[in-house]
Order: sequence, then structure tokens, then C-alpha cells
Amino acid sequence: MDLEKIFKPDTMAVIGVSLTNENHPANVIYNKNRFRYDARAFAVNPRGGRIRGDVLYKRLEEIPEKIDLAVIAVKAELVLSVVEECINAGVKGAVIVSGGFAETGLSDLQDRLVALARKAQFPFIGPNCLGVYAAPRMDTFFIPSERMVRPEKGRVTMISQSGGVVVDQMVKAAAEGVGLSTAISIGNKALIKEADLLRYFADDPGTDVITFYIEGFGKNEGREFALAASECTKPIIVLKAGKTAAGNKAVSSHTASMAGDYQVFASVMAQKGVVEATDEFELMAFAESLSCYPRSIKGKVGIITGSGGHGALCTDACISHGLVVPVLGEETRLVLKEALSPALRNIASYVNPVDLTGSSTDDDFLAAARVLSRDPGIDCIIMLLLPYIPGITVDLGAKLGMMGQQEGKPIIAYVPHVEKYMIIVEGFNFYNIPVAHSVEDAVHMAEAMRRNKSC
Amino acid sequence: MLTKEMNDLLQSAQTYGWVMEPYAKKFFTVAGMDVPRFTWARSLDEAVSFAHEVGYPVVMKIVSPQVVHKSDVGGVAVGIIDNAGLVSAFNRMSTINGFAGVIVEETVQGIELIIGATIDEQFGPVILLGIGGTATEIYHDVGLAMAPLCESDVDKMIRSIKAVSLLEGFRGSERVNIDTLKKLVIRFSELVMDLGDNLESIDLNPVMCSSERCVIADARIMLRR
Repeated sequence: MDLEKIFKPDTMAVIGVSLTNENHPANVIYNKNRFRYDARAFAVNPRGGRIRGDVLYKRLEEIPEKIDLAVIAVKAELVLSVVEECINAGVKGAVIVSGGFAETGLSDLQDRLVALARKAQFPFIGPNCLGVYAAPRMDTFFIPSERMVRPEKGRVTMISQSGGVVVDQMVKAAAEGVGLSTAISIGNKALIKEADLLRYFADDPGTDVITFYIEGFGKNEGREFALAASECTKPIIVLKAGKTAAGNKAVSSHTASMAGDYQVFASVMAQKGVVEATDEFELMAFAESLSCYPRSIKGKVGIITGSGGHGALCTDACISHGLVVPVLGEETRLVLKEALSPALRNIASYVNPVDLTGSSTDDDFLAAARVLSRDPGIDCIIMLLLPYIPGITVDLGAKLGMMGQQEGKPIIAYVPHVEKYMIIVEGFNFYNIPVAHSVEDAVHMAEAMRRNKSC
Repeated sequence: MLTKEMNDLLQSAQTYGWVMEPYAKKFFTVAGMDVPRFTWARSLDEAVSFAHEVGYPVVMKIVSPQVVHKSDVGGVAVGIIDNAGLVSAFNRMSTINGFAGVIVEETVQGIELIIGATIDEQFGPVILLGIGGTATEIYHDVGLAMAPLCESDVDKMIRSIKAVSLLEGFRGSERVNIDTLKKLVIRFSELVMDLGDNLESIDLNPVMCSSERCVIADARIMLRR
């Protein structure tokens, strides 16, 4: 099935728009698309009429343009007939917002819907979902426009079984400066499942990183997902809920008793190079890191710091996350010492972490980063940038960012995320350098690259 | 693909509910995997003559369709060094429920590993590799992966075992032949794929691994009914 027009429609019909209830999901969706987004939106309701001067079409056929996407927000019992109408009108796909299917025990209704769509090769997302957010083209989330927190346009696609979780992830992405390509809430995933979306976005030129929030897989659905993941060259990140559900399996087999549902999930994800996040914050850190550096590293971290304490905390965190902090070679240490300002040479520490002390300046950070970038024993640099050091300026983020791009070795920065330091964060972000909001977060970003599959 | 002989061996599960050790071992032998030299002795005479043939020490294990976990009922005797030991073990086991003879087999040395398979609802056939023996669930030191496996999958599984240094020759002890182990696990994963939907689970436990061999010392196949 071709999913292209579900995510990239030029025209969309919102079916179920009400003339009496402005809070109806269909109205919320129609309004925001009509006034904010690029796709041309048309409202449909069998009763017809006009809504703020626009025609409320009685039937899809009356719409003067060919419709790519139908957004269906009618009562569950009417969904089948609406889908049939969509198929007959040559619509390319649908987002079915309506609830009242398998999640309320009406599996039979959902099965009939799937059978109808499959026979006609008509793809749909849902039911019981928020659908697709793909600004600036379109947005089917039934959340009033002014309540949305919109991350900048970017290259991360987020797919979620829960609508609430994906909306919250958008808030976090906006706060962390993670750019969003597409956000999808798949609801009951009756027809289009995680594996189908993984295959589609693996080939989507607008997406570099794909994240999933997964609650559960149906029979053999995990296998489909794993097989799709092993063919995907882009970084994939998953966050799993329901890890602790007690599955009482037959105890007659040692293997079955040790291969619990979650152990199998986690092992297969690791086997296929999918990076599993332990919580929502880690997911965002991984997404930020892998969207800047979609690559795989061994995990040999060079730490540059202006504070010995931060260096020590960072080293501990690296070790506990399976990274190494190798002692720098004799030659690197000598070159490094030469490169620093004379006042620093005898007080800085060169072992790793490289501690530039509170007497350091912009030039010392730049020099240290350049030397470590050229050391083959280091494959990732964590830069602990404490902006309260008197000798460093607000330009340092941009300067290090530019240098990082030139040298090509991954740099991850930690800068406290408070208003007065945001100019440094933005300097890094402009050059596509991920900036963590804590030392631990910076280490997570390095860990993401270590666990990402080697291509 | 499974041969006719292999399918016939699996048929025994229809009678007993699971494939008992002698049939399972024969099955893996036919599949080209290494098992100890053994016999299924119904009488003491058969047991004694086989022990003489392979030489002491030998291992004796109960064969009974009613016994899934043999050591739980005293159905395993290792390190039998002479006829007297063999006779007393045989007499003891002959009183176990469902007694249908014993397995007598050569003693093989090595580190005890477990290689297993199960059919996961979400991921289908899954392979397990780890530290085996009767306490395997207590150590719970295993790697898991979705079948079929390639060599790098098995590499990752071996490295995910916390006690991996035991396999690499800890404090001067003998190293496990990792290549042999990998070949065994990959061959096992192929078999599991061939068994497909029929399978419920397989335990190869222990698999005795040394610098020379990886030998399936015990095997149990549970099929879906």
C-alpha cells in the first residue's frame, strides 16, 4: 500500500465537521488546516450548509478537487460507510480519528474495517488516534492550534501508539531544540502498524532518525518490526512501555522461563541495532544526538571540562553506560600542552578528562577540542562548558560548532539550559552540535551512538 | 529441511507429549550435531555391556515419559566408575515412575552451557545461549536473539553473557572452542526455523563445551499439540 498521500497530501477532506459543535474533533482539525497549514482542506457533513463562508460539502464527490487524504471523525458505526465512500471517490488514504473499536471491545467492527480497506488497498492510520502532524503541510491532531507546542521543522520522525505521549514528546523536542519531520499517533494500528511505518520512513528523504513509543506487538508483529529494522540504514530509537507485565509462562522449559516478553524485546532490538531508551528523556537525548550524528562509534570518549568535578561526574557516567574514557597518549598530551595558553600549561590536566580549569579561555577550549578531534584514540568528545568561567565568551558555542563541523568528529556539549546561556546553546545548535541539559544527558547522547547499528 | 528420519523421531512426541531424551539426541545426531556416545538400555545387562564398551566413568539417566526434570527425581547419576555403581544406580532408577529404561553414556567434560529455543508470541522463533546446568535459572546469565542467526548475532550473544570470561579460559582453565560453539548455535537456529510452527520450546542443557567439542549432553524438545 502506498502511504505517500497520508503524510504528504495536497488536499484533504475532514469528514464529520459539525455546524452546531465547534469543539467537535472534526471542527478542530478542519479549522487548523484551513487557516494554518499548506494542504487545502475541505469540510464534509451529509447535512451540508456553510461554515464561516466555506461550503460544507454533503459528499466527497461534490468537492471540486481530487482528495488525497480523508480525516474521518464520525461515530464508529458510520466509519465503514465513510471509508467505502472514500474508496469509491478515489481518495488515497485516511486518518481515522474515531474511537469505539477494538479498544472498547468492538473487535468485530475493527476487523470488518480492516477487511474492507485491505481488499481495496486503501491505507489508513488508526482508528482511535490523533493521526499525523506534518507541519507546515498538515496536522490531524484534534488539539486546538493555540495549545500545540510546535518543534522546529527538522529530520526526526516520531511514531507513537499513544497520542498523549507523542504530544508530550513534541513539547520536549521543542524545549531541546530537536527538529521534527513528522509525528504520528497510530492508535489501534488496525491496518498500518509500526513495521509499515518503519519501512515508509526508512525511504523518506525528509527523515534521518525514526523514534517509536511502543506499548505492545500483536502476534509476530515484533518479528515484522525487527526485520524492517534490520533493513533500515537510519537510526531507530524505541521506548517500550509495559516492561513489567508479568507473563506467566509454562515452567517446563528453562528457555521459556528465562525468555520473558520484555527480555526478548530488549534483546531483539539490540540484535537489530535499534537503540532502546529507558525513559522519555533518554529518548529525546538519543534523538538529538543521532539526528546530528547518524553513525556508530566504539564509545571512546574524550572529555574536555572547565571544572574538575564535572569531569569526574562525567567519567563515572560514561563508565556506567558502557563507554570508555581512555588515557590520552603521550603525544596527544604534549601537543595539547603546547596548544594551550601559557598561563594554563602547568595547571591544566591532560590525562582525560582534560581539565582546562577556571582560568581557561575560548581559545583553550578550541585548542583542546581540535587536538582531541585529531586523536584517533578518541571517537567522541564531550565538552562540559560552564559559562560562568570568566575567560569564556558567549561566542564559544558558535566557534566550537564551526570547528566541530570542520573536524568532523562528534562533539556533544553540556551547557546549563537557562535563559542567559541560551545564546551559547543556539550557537552550537546552528552548527548541528547536540547540546545536553545535564552531564548525564550528554553521556546518553554518546551512548546512543555507541548502541546505534553500524551501517 | 527436516529429513523423514527426523520427522519420524519427532512423531514420538505424539505419544508422550514431548520428545524424550533418546529420541531428541538421535534427532540432533541426524542433524549433524555432536552428542555423547549413548545407549538406551532397557535392562541391566545392556547397561553394563555398553559401559564396558565406552569405558568408565559413565553417566546414567532415567528415561520416563512422566519425568521432564530428571534430576528433580534422582534420575541423573554422573561419575559412575564401576559395575557396582552402575548396578546400584540402575536399581534405584528402576523404581521411578514411568521407568522405561535408562540412558548410559560416555562422560564428557567442559563448561556447562544452555542453548534453547522458544516461540515468542511477538517475535516468533527466539534462541537463547548462556550458562547452563541445573542452576541455569538461578544464574540467569543468557543472551537472546531472534532466529535465524548469523555469525555476528552469535558473537553478540556470547559477549552478552556476563560470565563470558569463563569461556575464554579464566585463570588458566581451558578455553571453549568458540568457532565450534558458533557453528553449533547457527546450525541449531536453522533447525529451529525448519521446525517452524510445530515447535514450542527446546532445551539443550547442558551443552558441554571444551577446547575440542561442544557436546549436547541433554536435550528436550517440546512440540505444540
